[in-house]
Formats: sequence, structure tokens, C-alpha cells
Amino acid sequence: METAVELFYRKMLTDERVAHFFDGVDMDRQMAKQTAFLTMVTGGPSHYTGRDMQAAHAHLVVQGLNDRHVDIVVEHLGETLRELGASPAQVQQVAALANSVRDAVLGRMAHA
Amino acid sequence: MTSIYYEGRELTCAPQETVLECLQRSGVPVPSSCRAGACQSCLVRAVAGAPPPEAQKTLKDTLRVRGYFLSCIARPTGDLTVALADAELRAAASVHSLESLSATVVRLRLSPQTDFAYAAGQFLNLARPDGLTRSYSLASLPGRDPFLELHIRLYPGGQMSTYVQTLRPGDQVHLRGPAGDCFYVGGRPEQPILLLGTGTGLAPLYGIVKEALRSGHRGPLVLLHGAASPEGLYLDRELRELATAHPNLTYLPSALRLADRPPGQAPPAPEVPEVHEGPLDALLAARYPSLRGFRVFLCGSPELVTRLRKQAFLAGASRKDIASDAFLTAPPPAAIPPPPVPPTATSRP
Repeated sequence: METAVELFYRKMLTDERVAHFFDGVDMDRQMAKQTAFLTMVTGGPSHYTGRDMQAAHAHLVVQGLNDRHVDIVVEHLGETLRELGASPAQVQQVAALANSVRDAVLGRMAHA
Repeated sequence: MTSIYYEGRELTCAPQETVLECLQRSGVPVPSSCRAGACQSCLVRAVAGAPPPEAQKTLKDTLRVRGYFLSCIARPTGDLTVALADAELRAAASVHSLESLSATVVRLRLSPQTDFAYAAGQFLNLARPDGLTRSYSLASLPGRDPFLELHIRLYPGGQMSTYVQTLRPGDQVHLRGPAGDCFYVGGRPEQPILLLGTGTGLAPLYGIVKEALRSGHRGPLVLLHGAASPEGLYLDRELRELATAHPNLTYLPSALRLADRPPGQAPPAPEVPEVHEGPLDALLAARYPSLRGFRVFLCGSPELVTRLRKQAFLAGASRKDIASDAFLTAPPPAAIPPPPVPPTATSRP
């Protein structure tokens, strides 16, 4: 999982379309959080203590985070998994998982 | 509002106030330096009550289980009874020698009077008799050097600088520590190692290089030392000799400006062949575009360390293989009404 997270963030941080969202972000903490988060959503032992998806990304939506950026995230995620030898079906599965939280990330959830 | 109990007194900790601020405001002489949870000068012990977890997160288990916590970042959520750090955390030492390495850097060697176990590259806290404390990295080699070696950057009028310059062989000083994660770990003798530091950030790296060589490290060791001008490359000759004696060691000195000299000083430019001119990160990118598989040590200002951590990571180094030590500057104690603590000075300069 750690290898995947590192590969993924190397792609994100060198992609000028999304890299600016990480300006001033402590990447060590970010990667530790992401490792915990992905371990949780892929069914591993859960140590994720971060905020929910909507709250965690709200400040980025203010900075202009939109569907195009989420597409880029899904693209880099898929590329990372392929490089690590995942099958097309597995890549598809993770992309579906990512897309399932798209509305929450972009703040389009109806409030209860 | 929570209460802090110290030696039978009840002190009220204001909302948002740290334990350190509360104790110092009440006149309790707690040593402190970085006020950012890094240097460990302000360690105190919770005798009763639970300290906030974040104030213990970076501590060794041996300290944590005894209730030690970093008072400068502890905003208590419940009442606490605290005690100052035990004598066991302190060590006495005598001055072995004090020697000038450059116009602004001195080498202070200390003979510890009790067993002082450390790893080369860790840091210790040096306390002035009145409690003023600063952190300095260890450049000596445990087990081989009979002394502890510190490289101290002198600041004109600096509180600690002024004190250090008065020290004479045989004088007593007080230490606390060691601490820090920047040290050589054996077991991968072929792994390439990159060490990069500016100013006295060289001290821990010098210790780590010597430790790696002693441990029989066979992989490449690349040491980049940066300074504003060539005069700041204060171990230039020693490191060139060391690199000549060890073919796997590469020493790359770098100065922002080759011709610059402190104002008013005559230009008896020492002979400095092969000093690179320009910023250290550009030199690193040009000479080592790929750091895949490297272990990386970074020591210098927080800005430099943050920037280079990212650069090293993007160049392929794995996060767990990047160790760094940011040299923090002690902020002025703005929040303390009676100023028992002096104004800014720099820790581990």
C-alpha cells in the first residue's frame, strides 16, 4: 500500500493540473493519511482517523476543485495500480470506488 | 479551564494555554527552546492525570511510559500534576576544548562525566546555568571519540553564543538528551546514501558519514555541504582528505556566491578548488536526478528541509528512507508577561 501511495503522489505532484492543490501541504502526513484511508476502503485493518470526504475536500472545492480534477485523480490512481501489476478488472473496481465518493468530495451531497 | 498542580501549588491553565506557558507564567523554571515540539528541552513529567497524546507522540516509549510529555505543545484537557524532568535525563560534562573553525563557527568538545549513550547525528540540549537551553547536533563518533563534539554557529550578541565563548577547558556544563532520528542505521551496506546540509547542518551529517565508514558501508556516500560563501565551508579540508581516503565518499561543497566575503574583511581567499557556485537544490538536481533506492539525510533550515524532502521524494527516494533534522529558530516568548526567557536566539544553528 505504501508503495502505491508513493507512486500515486509522485504522479500527482508532477502533474501541473493538480499539483497546486498540494502547495503548503505536509506531504508526509498526507501520504500517511492516504495510506490509512486506502487501507480502510479496500477492507484492510482500519486506522483511519481523518475527516469525512466532504469536509476534507471542502477547502479545495473553494479553490476550484471540479470533476476534471477528480478525473485526473482516477487516471493517476489507475496508472499506479497498472504499474504495480493490477488487472484491468481490479483497476476498474478501484475507479468505481473512487467515483462513488465523487459527489461527496465535490460537495454535492444533499445534507441530511 | 484546567488546573496544573506543581509542588503543591495549584496553577490555572488558561484556555488555549500550553502547560509550558502556564508553568513559566507562574515562575516555574522549565527549560525551553524551540517551542514547537521538536527540541525536547521542555520535557516535564505527568505524575497524575493524562497528558494530551499529541504531546507524547514523538517521544521514545521509555519516556512515554514514565509520563513524560512536551509541555510546549501540551494544551491540557484535564487536570494534571506535573514534575520537572528527573535528574536522570540530565548529564554533567566538562569542557574538553573550544576551537574556531571559521569566522562564525566554533567546535566545542565536551567530556561527559557520566555515561552518555548516543548515535552520531542525534542532538543534545546544552543548558546555560540559568536554564537557557539550545540544541546542537553531535558530530562525534560514539565509542571512538572520547568527547562529544558540537559545531556551534556564533551569532553576534546571541545569548548562547556569548556564553559559549566564555567557556574554558575544565568548565562544567549541563546537558540533556540525546534525541533525534537522524542517524546511520546498519544492515544495508550497499545502499547509496545522500547527505545534504547547510551551515552547521553539516555537524550531524559529518557524524553519520564517520559512522557509516566505520561500519564498513560499501555503497556510495555523497555529502553536499552548502554555505553562503566559501568561508562557510568550515570542514572543507578535513572532508577532502576523508574523501581521498575513502573512494566511496564524494564530497560536493557549494557556495551561493564564490566571491562574497563578510563586509570589511580583507580577501585572503583560502584556496578552495572545485567549489560549486549556486543553490544546493540545483546542484543536487543536476548531479543526482534520480534518487531511487537512496537513503537521504537532510539538515538545515525548515524551509530547506521541507523543499528538499519533496525534491528527494519526487526524484524517487522512498519516504521512509528520507530522514531530516530541521534547525529551528527559537521564537520570542511573546505570550509570557514577565520575560524570564531571553529574546530570539537560534537553536542548532
